[in-house]
Amino acid sequence: MSQLPILPLLPMLFGSIIAVLAGMWRAKAAQVIAVIATGSALLFALTGLVIVTRDGPISYDLGGWPPPIGIEYVLDPLSAFMTSIVALIGLLVMIYPVDAAFDLRPRKGVPLYPLALLMLTGLMGVMLSGDLFHLFVFLEIYAIATYGLVSLGGDRATFAALRYLLLGTIGSGLYLLGVGFLYFSTGTLNMADMAQQLGGMSGSPTVLGAMALMVIGLALKMALFPLHVWLPDAHSYSTPGVAALLAAVQVKAGAYALVRILFDVFGPAYTGFDGVPVSAALVWFGLAGIVVGSVMAIRQTDIKRLLAYSTVAQLGYIGLGIGLATPLALVGALLHVLNHAVMKSGLFLVAGGIIQRTGLKAIPRFSGLGKRMPLTMTGFAIAALSMVGIPPLAGFWSKFYLVWATIDLGNWVAAVVVVGSSILTMVYFLKLFEQIFVREPQEEVVATAVEPSGRVVGTVGVLATAIVLIGLFNAAIVSQVLGPLAERMLG
Amino acid sequence: MTALLELFLARYIYLFVLVLLAIGLYGVLAKTDLVKKVIGLTIFSTAIYLFFIEGSLQEGGTAPVIDERGSDPALYVDPLPHLLILTAIVVGVGVVGVALALLVRLYRTHGTLDEDVIAARLAGREVADDGDTPEDRG
Repeated sequence: MSQLPILPLLPMLFGSIIAVLAGMWRAKAAQVIAVIATGSALLFALTGLVIVTRDGPISYDLGGWPPPIGIEYVLDPLSAFMTSIVALIGLLVMIYPVDAAFDLRPRKGVPLYPLALLMLTGLMGVMLSGDLFHLFVFLEIYAIATYGLVSLGGDRATFAALRYLLLGTIGSGLYLLGVGFLYFSTGTLNMADMAQQLGGMSGSPTVLGAMALMVIGLALKMALFPLHVWLPDAHSYSTPGVAALLAAVQVKAGAYALVRILFDVFGPAYTGFDGVPVSAALVWFGLAGIVVGSVMAIRQTDIKRLLAYSTVAQLGYIGLGIGLATPLALVGALLHVLNHAVMKSGLFLVAGGIIQRTGLKAIPRFSGLGKRMPLTMTGFAIAALSMVGIPPLAGFWSKFYLVWATIDLGNWVAAVVVVGSSILTMVYFLKLFEQIFVREPQEEVVATAVEPSGRVVGTVGVLATAIVLIGLFNAAIVSQVLGPLAERMLG
Repeated sequence: MTALLELFLARYIYLFVLVLLAIGLYGVLAKTDLVKKVIGLTIFSTAIYLFFIEGSLQEGGTAPVIDERGSDPALYVDPLPHLLILTAIVVGVGVVGVALALLVRLYRTHGTLDEDVIAARLAGREVADDGDTPEDRG
């Protein structure tokens, strides 16, 4: 099973090529290929997760060249966990009907599914690569596919995509510059090898410069406040399926790279040395992001824009967890990566269902939707309550671990912000709840609306079930996967 | 003073790289013409390429083909940064290609490439309709 690290990537990469050809033949065939590809990637990723949590990491030498000379793919619990999330959300979005996901009927010549598969390939590549430069290449692969996907959303989305392209490329440029600093001071690009070489030089200015450049570059990629400026436009103007992919998994690739590089490559240079306040900066910017994102979300009247600002706030939690740099906080951050992926993709897919049936995006016009689309709106309610952090649901637990970590460290400001942000989250979802569940239908389109198609209800249902199950069985996830992983990375 | 001068002579390329990075960043962030922004982006990436190439340089070194002079790494130029930058250039070409394609679409819709004009027009349209009508596509 030594090929396991590369197996989730192959169906995605070849799937995207086959989907181009299939799409030329029959528009529907591309979707079928995409579902098969992401489905098999999910199978491989889950198999990998089970095997590596039991037997330890597996590495695969690309082209038969052993590391540190060759490029290495590493499947360890962290990368298997992240790859499974990407494949799961990817599969659900691929199953989701094309007119709701991409706002248009499958036309010949618009390579929707190949682009989406290419983006997922890039994301998985980032998560599986054990080589710093190879990670940069995958960062750009998913980024280029993202620019194309965002621009599918029409005129405003094209403009948002261009702005995102400019900032995203600067982000990966800064990352590449950091890789250069590290390469010239250690002479290697392999992560494991570099971690060893960096062990004795944690105070060196070159290493600290590299860390600063990489953190800024990757924070730009993951849209950590105040580098989030590209996110609200790109996420709210892109079509619902694309927005679900972007919010649920695409920004998490930056978060993953940050975790991997800070804890695994820099290790003691990040956690032990306090000459450069990188971790403090992540904590404070994370907290600021939580507050600003939530307040901006309250002010929005467009549902997709509200969800986009809410993503900024939720990414703040992940930044906070990475910055606190204790095992508990890391568990909280990684659990929040999973929770936010299922919650936010569920919410965007609900928004897609609403737009598919009524064409409405403005929240004040949603009144009475709960009576017309009971099943979809139940899914919406579960995801929203989980975002707020109502106990048995998934969203509660990641906040719980984060609050526990902040109290452990005695950082009371952070504890108050995390708890208080639940109230802010509640404010913007209550606004939606009032319109959807309390009011009577007023708009003509709402009064005549029916439940979205079966596949919309099905995918939303799967995500809502996942939220409940993750909430109920989070102890198993934490004790089996995330706990040992965080202990190892910070041990 | 001589030490400072020697340091400058040994490292002056890095100063150029820094200046190029700053020019590129200024172009992307401060210019309102979208084409100039893309040009700024290209300058920014070129500075990174130059940084890698300069770092690989070996005084008196030659092409990394092991010959009768032996396998002492000090005799050869480090080939890996060249390889990395070749890849990065290809990636950069892809990014600029996508950027230009987006520019073409924006120009066809708006007839201008001024960021402020397009932003104002998009914002104005946002006020005109309440965001619920199906968006017109470019």
